[in-house]
Order: sequence, then C-alpha cells, then structure tokens
Amino acid sequence: MSQSTATPAPVTEAHPVVAAANPRLRWVLLAGGLVAALALPWFVYPPVAMDIVAMALFAIALDILLGYTGLLSFGHAAFWGSSAYVTGLIATNYGVPFPVAIIGGALFAMILALPAGYLSVRRSGIYFAMVTLAFAQMVYFVGYQWSGLTGGENGLQGVPRHFFGVELVETDSFYFYYAALPILLLGMWAAWRIVHSPFGRVLVSIRDNTQRARALGYEVDKYKVVAFVLSAGLTGLAGGVFAINHGFVALTELHWSTSGEVVLMTVLGGIGTLWGGVLGATLAVLLADYLASSGFDGIDLVTGSVFVLVVLLFRRGLWGTVRHQWLAWQQRRSSRRTRSGGGTRR
Amino acid sequence: MLEVTALNAWYGEAQALHEVNVRVGEGEVVTLVGRNGAGKTTLVRCLIGLHRQVSGAVCFLGRDVTRLPAHQRARAGMGWVQDDRGIYASLTVEENLLLPPSVSERAWTLKRVYEAFPELAGRRKAGGTTLSGGEQQMLAIARALRTGACLLLMDEPSEGLAPVVVARIREIIREVKATGVGVLLIEQNVTFAATVADRHYLLSQGRIVETLDTADLQRREGELLKHLGI
Repeated sequence: MSQSTATPAPVTEAHPVVAAANPRLRWVLLAGGLVAALALPWFVYPPVAMDIVAMALFAIALDILLGYTGLLSFGHAAFWGSSAYVTGLIATNYGVPFPVAIIGGALFAMILALPAGYLSVRRSGIYFAMVTLAFAQMVYFVGYQWSGLTGGENGLQGVPRHFFGVELVETDSFYFYYAALPILLLGMWAAWRIVHSPFGRVLVSIRDNTQRARALGYEVDKYKVVAFVLSAGLTGLAGGVFAINHGFVALTELHWSTSGEVVLMTVLGGIGTLWGGVLGATLAVLLADYLASSGFDGIDLVTGSVFVLVVLLFRRGLWGTVRHQWLAWQQRRSSRRTRSGGGTRR
Repeated sequence: MLEVTALNAWYGEAQALHEVNVRVGEGEVVTLVGRNGAGKTTLVRCLIGLHRQVSGAVCFLGRDVTRLPAHQRARAGMGWVQDDRGIYASLTVEENLLLPPSVSERAWTLKRVYEAFPELAGRRKAGGTTLSGGEQQMLAIARALRTGACLLLMDEPSEGLAPVVVARIREIIREVKATGVGVLLIEQNVTFAATVADRHYLLSQGRIVETLDTADLQRREGELLKHLGI
C-alpha cells in the first residue's frame, strides 16, 4: 500500500477557520471599533480622519479579493480613481446630495470592473496582477488625456458638497465626517456579509483549491468576476467619499502608486483578516500625515521601512498576528484545562 | 448510469489511458484495481472533468458529458471523494458540508447526514482538518452525499486508515449502495475491494486488462496481490 496520508494536514496558519470562535469578543471588538470611528475626528484633523476611514474601506474591499479569493489585484486605483472622478462630476454638474453622487461613482466602478474582471480572472498569480495593472494604466491615460472632462493634470477642482441644504455638513468637515461615515460603515458591513455568506465560503474554497471547487460544482471564473465587481463597488464607495471629502480629484487617484498603497495597507493589517485593513490604513495615513506636517522629505522612506519591518516581524500582518496569538493562547488554556480534567481528547 | 466507451487520455505526448471501457449501474459498487501509475486516478479525473485531454465518450445518466466542464458534471450528479479527502482547513465541518450546491432532489439534509455520521455531529463547529483521518474521510463522503450526487467517484477511501475505521467506511459504502447510488471505487486493498464491490476492473498500464466478479477476485487474490506488487 502506498504511503499513508492519514495525518490530517496542519491547519493553514495564515487562514484559520473563518468563523470566529468567541461571539462575545466579537461584540466587544465591534463596539470598540464603532466608538473609535465616532471619536476619531475629536483627536485627528477631521479631513484626515475621513481619509483614514475611506482608505480603510478601500483596503477591506481589496482584501475580499486578496485575502478571501486569493487574487492580487494591482489595478484597484482604476476603480478608486474613476469613482472619485465620476462622483466629482456628478456632484459638480447635477448638484445632487453627495451620497447620490457617491453611489453613482460606485456604480460606475462596478460597470468598469465587469470587463476588467472578465478578462483578468482567466489568469492567476502574477499574470492576474499584471492584467489588472495594465487595465488600470489604460484608465489612467484616459483620465490624463481627456482633460476636457477630468481636468487632466490640474485635476477636477471645486467639487461641491451638497447635503440637503444642511449648512453645517456642507461647510464644516467635522460634521461632514459624521454624515459620510454611515456610507463607509455600510460598505464595511457589506464586505463582512459577503465574506461570511455561503458565497464567501465558495470564494475561500476557490482560494484554497481551485480545482476542487470546480469539481464540487462551482464555475470558478464566474465567482471570481462577481467578487471582483463587488470589491470594485466597495472601492468606488470609498473613492467617492474621498473625492467629496477633499472637494478635489487629482490624477494621483488613478495612478498605479495608489494601487500599490492599498496593497501595502492590506498586507500591513493582515491579509484575509478584513479588519486588518482598518489598522493598516490608520497607520499609513497617520504616518504620512504626521511626516508631511513635520516637514520631513522622505515620507516614502519611512512608510517603506515600516512596511518591511512589519512584513519581516509579523508575517500575518498586525491584526493577523494579534489574532493568531490570541487563538494560540486560548488553545493553550483549553488544552491545559482538559489535561487537568483527566486525559487529553485526541 | 455511467458508461465510458473507448476513453483515451494523454498527458502531452504520453498516452495514459488506452481504449478504456467502464460501466457503473445504479446501486452498483465497482472497483478499479491496479498498481501505482496504472491510470486509476487519471481515469477518475477524466470522468469528473478535471483532465480534458481525452478522446472517447463518457455517458452519464444517458447524457454525453465528454465535453462538459467539471462544474457542470458535478451539478449533473457526480460526486468526487478525493484521495486527499479535499477537506477545507479554513472552513468548519458544517461549512464543508454546506459548501457544494445541492444538485438533485435526493440531496441529504444536514439532519440526515448527522444521523448517518454521528462522528461528525459532535464536531460540526470544528475546523475541517482538525478531524482524524477517518473522520475526514467520512466528511468527504458525507459532503458528496449531501449534494445529492447519484454517482460517487471514490479515490482510495481506505488508504492509511486503521482497520476499525476501514470497517466503518465499508459499512458506509454498503449503506450508500442501498440507497441506489452508484460507486466507482479506486482501491489497492484487494481484500477491502472484495468485501464491498460487485465487479472489479483490473487496470494495468492504462488498459483494462480484466473484468472480474467478486468470486474471481477472491479466488485469485494471491495472484492479483503479486500483480499489484503488494
């Protein structure tokens, strides 16, 4: 008989069981996160606070692909930036309340993601990343050349912030933060629902073993496209808020370095953790803001070093490492308990 | 139920299967016996649609599925129980069970699965690969039955398991057979094959060299073991 394969495969460390073991802890974390989100503009300059939450949703949206479907998109700036432009254009030209403009931007990102996803999911690994990058570069050049619409290098200026005539929100970024926050939180909740739905489990099965998912009866490419479009939609939501927040859309939002930045934030927080993106975005935005105001020139030098250090020291990212340690500690505790209770369960 | 006619398969230039004919009827358990490298797993991969470099015909439930992609064959009612069991580590036992779509009205409910596999009922919230080898094998079988598959393609279900667990797997295969599900079983363990199956195909170097019934198999067990090199 051939070699025994009876030993169960070790639980993949990077991807523990998706369902959280402790519901009480989950509520505590959720409440803590909400309080932090509500308190943020009291401690941080409100437009920067808004950037943090928008970037957090951006990173979470990317993690649906990177962490839960196993696809590294290196072209998400296309969806972030194009939604920012479309949101800006809608707000400028039609004078609608900003949530409507943002929804328009997100829808546009989803429509754009459909052909991009359809073409790119045929490849995996580095090829997938390159196809998405190439697509994003095309979008960038459209944005650059079509200056009549986008303002080209000058960007889209003077994006208004209409909100049903509520003047506080329209003029004061502190109040705007609270008006826009629900949109982003809704996006995060949607991401959580997607990942924890039966659809999300199919994505995980595709990530872990594509062939097996196929043999179980799933048309893998179709699921990947849907995940891609959903991720682009949430990215668009975040990009739209970003545009309204700044009242200005720059060409940088479409640039490939934005795609790189969000990958960095997701990895920093921990791939496949969803909430890690929040930590990664907070750290990256605060660091960049602090360094910019300190007058130091080498911002990228510092963020780059932090990134390298985190990847070397905490392979699972910040959130991933904390979660791993917590689970390991719980396991040790429960195994100690069963041992003292007479015999381990095997 | 399953009718394979003159199936050839290649890996690039190398031909792995030659003119293979296999038939599995309703409620019938058929084994594929053969050495390592004889083409058993290749045959199953061709049937489930994961290996596409083939010629010949695969008919399933009276329908030609030779050109169908894997996911459509699964939806037509083919269940694959892989030799590595194919359990997802990042999903719990119950999530593993509920992962594949239900493909027919004979799909099992979770309640029925847990009644038939009490071993799994107690571990439903555990991570898929924290189970023992035998439990994982049961989970793989249960997952295929949960979808309502009417043909199970099982790749060495007894491999590497303790005798008492093998006996339990045997019992399960018999129960499955009694519900009218066809089973194509890859097996190197001739003794095990003889106790569960109705017919046996002996596969050697990509060809079906003999078709035996169980009485033949038992009579010639010594000779076959020698052939299999065990």
